[in-house]
Amino acid sequence: MEYVIEMLNIRKEFPGIVANDNITVQLKKGEIHALLGENGAGKSTLMNVLFGLYQPEAGEIRVNGEKVKITNPNVANNLGIGMVHQHFMLVEPFTVTQNIILGSEPKGKFGSVNIKEAEKEIREISDRYGLKVDPSAKIRDISVGMQQRVEILKTLYRGAEVLIFDEPTAVLTPQEINELMDIMRSLVKEGKSIILITHKLKEIMEVCDRCTVIRKGKGIGTVVVKDTNPDELASLMVGREVNFKTDKKPAEPKEVVLHIEDLFVQDVRKIDLVKGLNLDVRAGEIVGIAGVDGNGQSELIEAITGLRKSRSGKIMLNDKNITNLSPRNVTKSGLGHIPQDRHKYGLVLDYPIGANMVLQTYYQKPFSKVSVLNYKEIYKKAKELIEEYDVRTPSEYTPARALSGGNQQKAIIGREIDRSPDLLIAAQPTRGLDVGAIEFIHKKLIEERDKGKAILLVSFELDEIMNVSDRIAVMFDGKIVANLTPTETNEQELGLLMAGSTINGAGDSNDIK
Amino acid sequence: MGQVIQMTSNNRLFGILVPIISVLLGLLVGALIMLVSGHNPIEGYTALWNGAFYDAFTIGETIRRITPLILTGLAIAFAFRTGLFNIGAEGQVIVGWLAAVWVGIAIEAPMIIHLPLAIIAGALAGGIWGFIPGILKAKLGVHEVIVTIMMNYIALFVSNEIVRSVLTEHKTTTEKIASSASLGSEWLQSITFYSRLHYGILIALFAAAVMWFVINRTTVGYELKAVGFNRHASKYAGMNVSKNIVLSMVISGVFAGLAGVMEGLGTYGTVSVISGFTNLGFDGIAVALLGANNPLGVVLAAILFGVLKEGAGEMPSAGVPTELVDIIIAIIIFFVASSYIIRWTLTRFKKEGK
Repeated sequence: MEYVIEMLNIRKEFPGIVANDNITVQLKKGEIHALLGENGAGKSTLMNVLFGLYQPEAGEIRVNGEKVKITNPNVANNLGIGMVHQHFMLVEPFTVTQNIILGSEPKGKFGSVNIKEAEKEIREISDRYGLKVDPSAKIRDISVGMQQRVEILKTLYRGAEVLIFDEPTAVLTPQEINELMDIMRSLVKEGKSIILITHKLKEIMEVCDRCTVIRKGKGIGTVVVKDTNPDELASLMVGREVNFKTDKKPAEPKEVVLHIEDLFVQDVRKIDLVKGLNLDVRAGEIVGIAGVDGNGQSELIEAITGLRKSRSGKIMLNDKNITNLSPRNVTKSGLGHIPQDRHKYGLVLDYPIGANMVLQTYYQKPFSKVSVLNYKEIYKKAKELIEEYDVRTPSEYTPARALSGGNQQKAIIGREIDRSPDLLIAAQPTRGLDVGAIEFIHKKLIEERDKGKAILLVSFELDEIMNVSDRIAVMFDGKIVANLTPTETNEQELGLLMAGSTINGAGDSNDIK
Repeated sequence: MGQVIQMTSNNRLFGILVPIISVLLGLLVGALIMLVSGHNPIEGYTALWNGAFYDAFTIGETIRRITPLILTGLAIAFAFRTGLFNIGAEGQVIVGWLAAVWVGIAIEAPMIIHLPLAIIAGALAGGIWGFIPGILKAKLGVHEVIVTIMMNYIALFVSNEIVRSVLTEHKTTTEKIASSASLGSEWLQSITFYSRLHYGILIALFAAAVMWFVINRTTVGYELKAVGFNRHASKYAGMNVSKNIVLSMVISGVFAGLAGVMEGLGTYGTVSVISGFTNLGFDGIAVALLGANNPLGVVLAAILFGVLKEGAGEMPSAGVPTELVDIIIAIIIFFVASSYIIRWTLTRFKKEGK
């Protein structure tokens, strides 16, 4: 059997923790090999070892059967290993070609750069793999999906034979995901080999040949994808049975809690991003907003929560006008907010996780009295929440920064739900989290709904929207363009609506009543 | 994750080790410079020591020198904790000095009223001088560094003009403040052979305690630090970010203003036309840096700087120029600022020791 890459019994330690413990991955030529594991399982560490960013303590790496020592990323590049990073590393005002040749520019006469030659070569590569990239377009003018293809081209241009994709679908629409899958298939058809880092089981089932599972730094084993199923993969990854289909009773919507009327919100450039939006959310239901990133979702949430002024329109919470109130007053009116960017908004990372648990309530009794903080009460509360929401932390005094993403998120969710708000806004509540944490968070959201709270869920993950929502509002270009019931729609239809096409009967229903 | 946790538990150790190593390296390099320039470092440092601790008088003078440094150090540390860089402590010292002496001269009242009034006037003046850059930053986004630098010059020249034209008739120094507004103490002077030691040191130490309490124990400190660490999360949590920026600059200015009060009501009892800055505010930046923006650290760093500066006066007796002390101080700051290098070396050392 011919392997292009073999990582045998890799062990990587950091002070106090074994990140990779005896992991073996063997990549066959021409296969798509999934690397599956929870957050913090050690996938990235392992790939950083392969890419030369870390040196393993034990084990060996072979490329085409030969033992190699990869001491830095340049060595990896020379061995034909390329990485498509999750966060693109592109220069926005540069063209596609300029970005691709950056660092290995073809030299013309007198030190000039031969752009024409490079463009021709890039166009050839692009055509061969069906990437359909315009080499002379500027990065800032092309879509996220296209930008990702530029990253792929970058590795191919440098002669990569093995491509590592680091969670490539996190930023894509369903259509773009399908196209990416096609690109991956045509890459392997041309003899390339692919490692796909992911925790999305659907993608693995759809496109991968084999799958290596890592759990808590240990290699669990490699399975052939067509001999397995998502349930087995999930339990291999988490180490227990996982319930995918979120159990929930039918919703019993009651009175309107959030009422938005003809709302306009501008971004920093003074351009309208929310354009006359109408939306109602009732007590006891979860309304999911589906949409591609950048269609005004962030601005909508910021306007509701008081972080951004709205230009015109009306936002009512429990029949009280909260339009353009300060965040504190909105919070006091009964709003909980799980922010999209948990590092930027959700936590003060340098504070202990315990101090973060009272971020909105520190000034109230019993956490303080005449402006003097009562740490005993603060940490008592923190300890309760940490236990109830299963936040894994060495102690409540540990800086929030030291917790993993999933545990940070559980802490935020605990804090927001504990205030028992009438309206809970959950923006991307499970972004970047593994199935175990996702399951837990979905359960908590539904529990709140059953207690009669109104929940507004914003997510770019269609699975999440379909699974958790009682009602789906599709947002496109600053407006709600469709109202759907999860049981009566499918991802295909949603995907089209999110991309701006209208469907008979759904396209013009601007009002959700 | 385990890696991160271990690093934070090491942070406390590093936090103490880095300044100590920096100080030792600074002294060592100072010794080398003395050697190279043909002086005896042992004699030089002995003279430095004697200059600061020779007898009760020098000790009294050393404490006097430490006093305003504690306060300017606190001023800058406090602003730092909120993510603001107050370069304007210098100007705040000058206006605080001026206001305190003004009240000290102009008013007649029993000490129990006069002294607190003069102190408050100085603190307030410093606070106002901090308020202006604070409000400009909060409302218009003007960078506080630019504004505070400019405010220093405004303070310097306005103060000089007031001394010349308002408080005196074209003289360079005002009359002495009334004894009812003085921080001086005959008792302290008598036990230190008539040094200029005054009660201000108690105010400075009390201010350090106040800063510790405000920063660590109150909702005000909770907000200020949160705003310093993460402005977005603070806004999300419903804190008034603008208010906190202004408040931080005002409190910082109050501390610096008090440093001016120390000089005005304690050391000199007058205010004079000055041709250049007092440097108390700028030294405060170094004190805050060395003290890791921590009140106790600031007190310790101020003691070190005060001792070095006071002791330097005696160094020419060993043939060493006083400027050498400035070089040593500069080197200490250099090593603190480049603490990354020391951290890195320590980490390397630990790894290899395993």
